[in-house]
Amino acid sequence: MATEDIAQGAQGLAEAARGLADQAQALAVQAQATAAATPAGEHGFFLTGLTVFVLACFVGYYVVWRVTPALHSPLMSVTNAISSVIVVGALIAAGPAVIGASSVLGALAVLLASVNIFGGFLVTRRMLAMYRKKS
Amino acid sequence: MTSLAVLAYLVAAVCFIMALRGLSSPVTSRMGNLYGMVGMAIAVATTLILLPQVRNYWLIVPAIAIGGGIGYVVAQRIQMTALPQLVAAFHSLVGLAAVCVAAAAFLDPAAYNIGTPGAIHVGSLIEMALGAAIGAITFTGSLVAFAKLQGLVSGKPLVFPMQHPLNAALGIVIILLIVWMCAGQSGAAFLLLILVALALGFLLILPIGGADMPVVVSMLNSYSGWAAAGIGFTLQNNLLIVTGALVGSSGAILSYIMCKGMNRSIINVILGGFGGEAASTAAGPAGDRAVKQGSAEDAAFVMKNARSVIIVPGYGMAVAQAQHALREMSDLLKKEGVEVRYAIHPVAGRMPGHMNVLLAEANVPYDEVFELEEINRDFAQADVAFVIGANDVTNPAAKSDPASPIYGMPILDVENAKTVLFVKRSMASGYAGVENELFFRDNTLMLFGDAKKISEDVAKSLAA
Repeated sequence: MATEDIAQGAQGLAEAARGLADQAQALAVQAQATAAATPAGEHGFFLTGLTVFVLACFVGYYVVWRVTPALHSPLMSVTNAISSVIVVGALIAAGPAVIGASSVLGALAVLLASVNIFGGFLVTRRMLAMYRKKS
Repeated sequence: MTSLAVLAYLVAAVCFIMALRGLSSPVTSRMGNLYGMVGMAIAVATTLILLPQVRNYWLIVPAIAIGGGIGYVVAQRIQMTALPQLVAAFHSLVGLAAVCVAAAAFLDPAAYNIGTPGAIHVGSLIEMALGAAIGAITFTGSLVAFAKLQGLVSGKPLVFPMQHPLNAALGIVIILLIVWMCAGQSGAAFLLLILVALALGFLLILPIGGADMPVVVSMLNSYSGWAAAGIGFTLQNNLLIVTGALVGSSGAILSYIMCKGMNRSIINVILGGFGGEAASTAAGPAGDRAVKQGSAEDAAFVMKNARSVIIVPGYGMAVAQAQHALREMSDLLKKEGVEVRYAIHPVAGRMPGHMNVLLAEANVPYDEVFELEEINRDFAQADVAFVIGANDVTNPAAKSDPASPIYGMPILDVENAKTVLFVKRSMASGYAGVENELFFRDNTLMLFGDAKKISEDVAKSLAA
């Protein structure tokens, strides 16, 4: 009796899940259509970017509050290192085969960001290596 | 941008979130740092390999090699006491890099797909202007913070008349320049904007005093994140936006925690000048009241016969490089069967968590080190509170005297311990310029001298 109930319940769940999947697919198609309809111009990206930005702020808020106060210094040095992801922009600026003012600026930015990337991650590693539990 | 590149950037962004997540405990933190490195490697490799417009490898590879080499050497050689100024210096580099990228985007917008020179989309112009302005403020602000932390300029707040109106005026000028730049696609406006923002960063940090540096360093950390996010909007790159938002909120939260640790508003810290004018009045009543002065032998005797000792380290311990001597002293105490713990105030040191790193460097296990909320009740059961290089964070005036400049600041309740040992160079008051009446209590013993020397002497008496 009980096993039958469970089997029935499971079937019901499976059907519900299938329904949800169908809905999600429909939504995805809709989203694609909307994305295609919006011209790939500035406004299209701004709103996407803003969405990503706001959600990332929330992720950051909740993740950072969980960082233990004892590790606040490594937190600073590691955030410093990852903020050098700006190197992506610098690489694009330094990228074109023809050298101009902008690629020189780009190369300078690549250099500065590289100092930060290597320095930031390594000094964080040095710090974290020192934290030991009572032996 | 190809779909593959977008997906790779997404993976990198997730890695960065995992890097911060790992820091929730020392056990997972090393893995977290590894995630961060992997994420950065993915981001750089993707940009170099998958983006068709990035082709100039003979310019890029040497730049990465030189920069990476400098970073490597600096990170290997830096002393842990100099960590705050290192972080400040690193922030300035991110700021300058943001300015460079924004300027490059202005000069060659086609590379970023945001228009042609002289006809850049207005939205992109606003974003790059904001990125450049925040980057420039971060750059000069961090340089001033570096100079103050390194002792190149006085840590005292530098205040001059009309300071705040001047800064406000510069802020308005920045907004007007952005408007001009967007209306006229003007390169001159962009250049002026950067110059004014550079000046503003300089002027903003100048009036802030040395002990407020934990807030300043956190705030600049936050700015460097916002600058990266601004550039991310210009480049239409979600990875930069996500990372910028993560770093920005992290710095903002740290600034908030530091301000709460001093019971001051962020506005109050930014306006600066704290600790400058009060210091002159401090010396007054100290002269005619007696303190009990003890020797290292006395301290060793008291602590040897205690059951429980709580050590309260402050910035003075870091300055004297006394952490190793202090750990040796506590090892000897532990051998005598004394329970030794460390209590850390949120704003001890010159950057958030600085004291924890210094103790870890001296091989103090992290499970002997406690935050204010965790340990404050235990002072009542402790036989000895050993305060070394800290002052204001133990001052009961913060609870009892509404007129005191530190009133309301959370303090470590060392006065509840049976005996309080104060290691201090002299009777001079702390940063806030407030007299600490704990010095004059019957159960307080003052140990005058260098923190390192005294720790060594106590250890010697314990060993004898």
